[in-house]
Formats: sequence, C-alpha cells, structure tokens
Amino acid sequence: MSEVEQSFSLDGEDLPFHAGDTVLQAATRMGRYIPHLCWHPDFAAHGSCRICTVKINGRAAAACTVPASPGLDVESDTHELNAQRKTLLQMLFVEGNHFCPSCEKSGNCLLQATAYQMGMEGPHFEEFYPDRPVDASHPDILLDFNRCILCELCVRASRDVDSKNVFAIGGHGIGTRLLVNSASGRLGDTDMALADRAARICPVGVILPKRRGFVIPIGERRFDAVPVSEQGEASS
Amino acid sequence: MTQPPADAGRSSPDIGALLAGHGHDPHELLQILRELQAQHGWLPRQALADLAAGLGLTLAQVQGVAGFYRFLHTRPVGEYRILFSDNVTDRMLGSGALMADLCRRLGVAPGRVGEDGLVSVDRCSCTGLCDQGPALLVNHHQVITRLDAGRVARLAQLVRGRVPVAQWPAEWFEVQDQIRRADVLLAEPPAAGAALAVAVARGAGAMLAEIQQSNLRGRGGAGFATGLKWSLCRQAAGAEHVVVCNADEGEPGTFKDRVLLTRHADAVFEGMTIAALLVGARRGLVYLRGEYRYLLESLQAVLQRRRAAKLLGEAIVGQPGFDFDIRIHVGAGAYVCGEESSLIESLEGKRGTPRIRPPFPVEHGYLGFPTIVNNVETFCAATHIALNGGAWWAAIGTRKSTGTKIHSVSGDCERPGLYEYPFGTRIGRILEDCGARDTQAVQVGGPSGVCLSAFEFGRRIAFEDVPSAGAFMVFDRSRDMFEVARGFAHFFAHESCGFCTPCRVGTALVVKRLDKLAAGQGSRHDIDVLFELDKLMHAATHCGLGATACNPLRDTIAKFRPAYERHLKSLYFEPGFDLDAELSVARHLTGRDDPGAHLERLA
Repeated sequence: MSEVEQSFSLDGEDLPFHAGDTVLQAATRMGRYIPHLCWHPDFAAHGSCRICTVKINGRAAAACTVPASPGLDVESDTHELNAQRKTLLQMLFVEGNHFCPSCEKSGNCLLQATAYQMGMEGPHFEEFYPDRPVDASHPDILLDFNRCILCELCVRASRDVDSKNVFAIGGHGIGTRLLVNSASGRLGDTDMALADRAARICPVGVILPKRRGFVIPIGERRFDAVPVSEQGEASS
Repeated sequence: MTQPPADAGRSSPDIGALLAGHGHDPHELLQILRELQAQHGWLPRQALADLAAGLGLTLAQVQGVAGFYRFLHTRPVGEYRILFSDNVTDRMLGSGALMADLCRRLGVAPGRVGEDGLVSVDRCSCTGLCDQGPALLVNHHQVITRLDAGRVARLAQLVRGRVPVAQWPAEWFEVQDQIRRADVLLAEPPAAGAALAVAVARGAGAMLAEIQQSNLRGRGGAGFATGLKWSLCRQAAGAEHVVVCNADEGEPGTFKDRVLLTRHADAVFEGMTIAALLVGARRGLVYLRGEYRYLLESLQAVLQRRRAAKLLGEAIVGQPGFDFDIRIHVGAGAYVCGEESSLIESLEGKRGTPRIRPPFPVEHGYLGFPTIVNNVETFCAATHIALNGGAWWAAIGTRKSTGTKIHSVSGDCERPGLYEYPFGTRIGRILEDCGARDTQAVQVGGPSGVCLSAFEFGRRIAFEDVPSAGAFMVFDRSRDMFEVARGFAHFFAHESCGFCTPCRVGTALVVKRLDKLAAGQGSRHDIDVLFELDKLMHAATHCGLGATACNPLRDTIAKFRPAYERHLKSLYFEPGFDLDAELSVARHLTGRDDPGAHLERLA
C-alpha cells in the first residue's frame, strides 16, 4: 500500500495525506482551507496564532502541529470553531493598531482576509492602542510594528533562508515584540535587502517596500477578487 | 529603541572571564546573564552585544532572552533591588501596606528607580514563603521573611545608610521549614547512598520494575506515570540521556520543594542518580527557580559531599561505567518555565517558550537528547521506593493515587506549613489539622488548580478526585473571593510568555475586565465576556499556562457569584463616567437646573 492511500477525515470527507504531513499540510495540498496566519508552507510549524485550531477526535489542537495519521476525525469548518477563530482574530486586532483603510497592505493582508472570511464585523473587545513607533530608517523597507501579529515568519525567513538573522522576539506577555538586530536596534543599520525572503514574507503590513504605495488600487488586490478560502495556498 | 543611559559608578564586569568560565557555550546564556547582572546590577546594551559576539549569537537574540525573564534588567535599577512577594497570601498578611510604607520612607514609586539610583521597589510573583510572609526578595538573592512595620522601618534605614545586605540582621533571612505533619517523605531522611546501593544491587531493569509497580505519578501536577516516563526515555535512541529535576516551584502557594531542597537534598539528588541508572543518563540538571537562589550554596555543598563519597561522578558506588553528575541551573523569574518543554528551552539558554509536542522530551529533550523531567518530590519518592520497594509505596494512598503527597498550607489558618498525608485524605481533615476556622474556600494546587467551597470539603486529595501540585491556600469568610481571583488573573497576565494569541491577549483582557469590575464599573456583559474568554483559553492555548489561567475565575464565578455581583453596578451597561455630572457645565452656561436639564430625571 502506497503512502498516498492513507487518509483521515476532515469535516466528514476523506482526505489523503503523505507520510510526515501535518493535518494542515495535508489539507492545503488537497485544496482544503483551514484558516491560519503563522503557518506558511515553506516553513516548519510555529503554532502561535492558534487560528488553525481544530478538533481532532474531539480534542482541540492546532492543525499545523498535529501529525496526520490514518483514521483521525478532524472537525474544522464548524460554527463553534469559526466563532473561536473570530474571537482570536479580534484579539489580534485589538492588541495592535490596525487601521485597514489607511494600510498599504489592505486587500493583500492575510489577517484582514481571514477576518472577512470568519465574518468579523468589529473588534468586540476594547482596543489596547499600544505605542509602537515605526522604523523608517532603511532606504527601501518600512517597518510598521503597529500591525505585528508575532507570527515570526520574518524571524524564520531571515534566519533560515536569508541567513541574516535580522529579527528576533523580545519581551514577554502582552509586551512581546519584534526586535531588529543592530546596535541601534533600527533596520537601517542591518544588512536587510529588498530581495530578501524576509522582506516578502510578512502576512500583514509590518514589512513593506518603500515607494510602492497603492501601485495596485484597493479593490483590485489579491483578496479583493477571491476570498482567502478559495486561494489555494495563501502564500505571499 | 533608545540606548539606556550609561552606567555610572559601578565597575565594568569582566565579560571575557565570564564567557571563558562557561566555555563560550551559547546554551549557558541565561546563567551568564544572571552572573553578569549579579556583578553589575543590570545588563547594559553594550554588555549584551559583547556577550552575543562571544557566544556566536546576535544582539537581538541575547536581548530577546534578557527581556524574557522578569529578574533580568536591561535598564538601570537601584543598587538595592527589593521585590515584594505578591501572592494572595502575602497580601492577606498586609504586604500592600508594608510596600507602600517602604516606598514612602525611601521616596520612590513602585517599579521606578529614584533619582539617586539607590533603590527600586517592586512586586514579584510568589516567592514560596507563604507560610512565613509577607516576604520579599533582595537583589534577586536573599529573602526576608515575616515582614512587619518594624522590619520595614529598619530596612529603609539600612538602605538609606547603604549598609551591605550581608550586614543586615541575620534573623530577617531565617527561613523556617515548619513541618507540621511528616509521613514517609518528610520523616528522618535515609542515609545518603543507602537507596542507591539497593538500586545498584537490584540492577537497572529490576529497579525500573519496582518504580512501575509503585505506580508513582509525577508530583508536579500532571500526574504522568513516572515508571512509564522513565522506561520511554530508557528505550529512546540518543547519543546520551539526560535527567532533569524541576525545582522551578513557581505555582503560587507552593513551597514544599523549598523544604525538600533545604532538608532532604540528598534524597532528591539520590532519586536523580537512581533515575540516571535506570535511563542510562550521564548528565543531570537541576532547574532551581531564581527565587530560591539563596539555596544554591548549600545545594552545591551537598553535591560536593556526594562526589567525595562516590555517590556522583565516575564509577558511582564502585560500579564501572556508572558515571553521572549533577549541575544546577538557576532560573530568573519565569513561571512558565515550570512547564517541562519551556524549562528545557530555558536550560538551553533561550526564551522559556513551550515547545510544540510531539516530540516529547523523553524522545527529544535537552539539546535533542532523550530527557526525563521530574518534580523534586517525585525524585524524593523514588529514593524511598528504591529503599522500601514498589509494593510498599503502592500500599499507601489509594489504588489510583499511590503514596503520600506534601501540601504547602498557607492563608487563614493557625498553623501554616508543610503537611504530608497519604493520598485520599479529606480536604476537611487538612483544614482541621492546620487550625482553619470559618473557612470559605480552599485553593488547591495553586491558581492553576481548583477552588473548593465549603460544601466540597468532604472531597479527597487524589488524582481521581482533587489533584494537587501541592498548594493549599485557605480563605476564611472575611475574604472577598472576587479579589482572590483578580489577583490570580494579574499573576497569569504577568507570567504569560507571550507566544500564543489566546494567552498573550486573553490574560490581558481578563485583567482589564476584572479591574473594571473592581472599580465598580462592570456589568453582566463583562461576566459573559469572562466566560467566553475562559472557554477560548481552555480550547486554544499553546500550553497549560493559558489553558488554566481562567480556572480561578471560572471556579469563583460559579461558586461565589455573590462576590462578583457585589461589584456589579447595574444589571445593564453602566458607562465609566457620570454623564449627568458632565452636563453640569451646560446647565451652568444655560442657567438651568430644572428636572428637564438632568439626565436621570428624563427617563
């Protein structure tokens, strides 16, 4: 029996998987959508955003971290789990400063697209309004920490692909934040380049190329035409 | 990001010597940061850069580690750093007023350094001295117990006079063991080496069978079968195997490990050595919580004595090939490091963020080696099982919860301290023995455990009924259980590692709601939101800290709902300010004061 013939159940339908797949990898390969933010097909699972939380044989688990195995009963697209995802998204929105109408990432933003997908209509919780100054010191790249969701994709891309280690995570609790590795702590004093993977990995609007504002008008952007659930792998 | 101001007055530490002393090993980063800070008071950015260069890390990585631990400072702090233990038991003993008094006497605000840089005063999570509080921690090293107004007044004088801590009154540093009821673990300890000799004579396989037969379950809270954990590790392939003792006793209200490490360190180390024999480990590590730093020298002395007696080192008890030694790693203030995978990350010198599991530490633990992590009390129990056999242990307690359990009793009772009982003991029995009167509630197992009300005092301590990691905090009827839960909510928000969304944001949102209720501005809607947050955090967090963070909240809302309702201003939403009062300016300007110009009279 070949590996591909193994399968588990996702929302009542059989889903084949390859040996070594996680539940989320297997679902994505077959074009099935499980909402996620910190997971990216090119990187190892991180498990921090918890948006991909599903029920596996009745127990809650992050789909990005659970190895697929034959016979699993995975529930994902249920009212309960989608409501939970909406709450997690609302938490991410109130934690940072997200003003979609003025954000260059609007329409290309995985956080915004996922929030639409989950039917989020407002913040629900009181806003935290943290004070997070932007870093415009780099000639080609703007860092707007207000939108950071701590997915660490830039940390991973810069470390594992670019071999530059431009980013790291600092602080703890609600004060956890993205750090830039330079004596000054500013991006302009790093060797980061626009061609780096880390410059193109951010799912939200933290790491943005300069002088490209609104080159594509809002309304004609990636998630404007096709919702995130129908985009296949939502890699940027 | 601003450069912290240059340090004035204190000598520059010798970073080169520090790095050499730790073999330039990046996994030693947390220990190096601790030692650097002990020399220097705080961690200037340039020093972090020098460390990064010497360890092959980036500055941001070192900064990330330094910023994770509550006891490490990347900004200047006072020459004297005073942290008041902020467990609910300390507060019940008056720590709040004592801290305010000290701040007033020293002219500093909590959490701030005075202009002269002399002293900073702040709060920290439970220091594990609940039976002799209020307690505080000086310079992340010494502890002062039994604070009162007199001690605080004298403390302020000593600090103002820049008297070195070593010259402060010795009785302040006295930590009493307060063993109120001893069973097998707290009784006279066995002679060092006796259990090890029996284990070696039995042989590793037979000794492991004894542990399995004893049905010993982990004492850290989760209750995993110790014999199974050890056999999984023994079977796991790896270049070496590692034995880790979790002495990061961070659960507020728990202090049993403090006493075991003080009085029975030999039994703990012997249990680790027996475990090493069973799993084939050469390396042992103790993760000692930063709050217990004052125990380090005495523990090192015990290790030294055991090495001299051939109970550690090479060819232990004369057995060729039985090589094992133990090193002590000191934490730096992070409750989450009590979780075993965070603890391993921290041992490796990183931020104490829980790992994704599987793989579990028994297969992939410290530096990727198969690793067992067990609680201090579990190792102690293993020593006694080696001496007396698995059947002996299994005959104590209940069928599913064998042996005895040590309880750290504190709060509203006449005789706080340690009480050891066989599993299956009634909550009410413990309350009687410790002299608790008019008891309203008991928090068993700490904030992450369960809050029991009077109608549940007939329940029993056991994995199958009321499990406990060892805390037993008693609240009489004068206590506001809402305030108890609010204190615990602040604790969890303070200790969240910040990795996953539901815990990082959820613990902060819970605090906001409870503070709002405490200010008398809450509504029923807030309680509904609290229920919603509790449900989400149980279902979606990355580790147990977030999952259990709302336990006290859920229990107290369910069992002490009137305590919450007293804080509700209205059945319906009540604005945070007085709208009618805001209209007074308009009334003044228009010269009106008739009923139609008042809001509440309109309805």
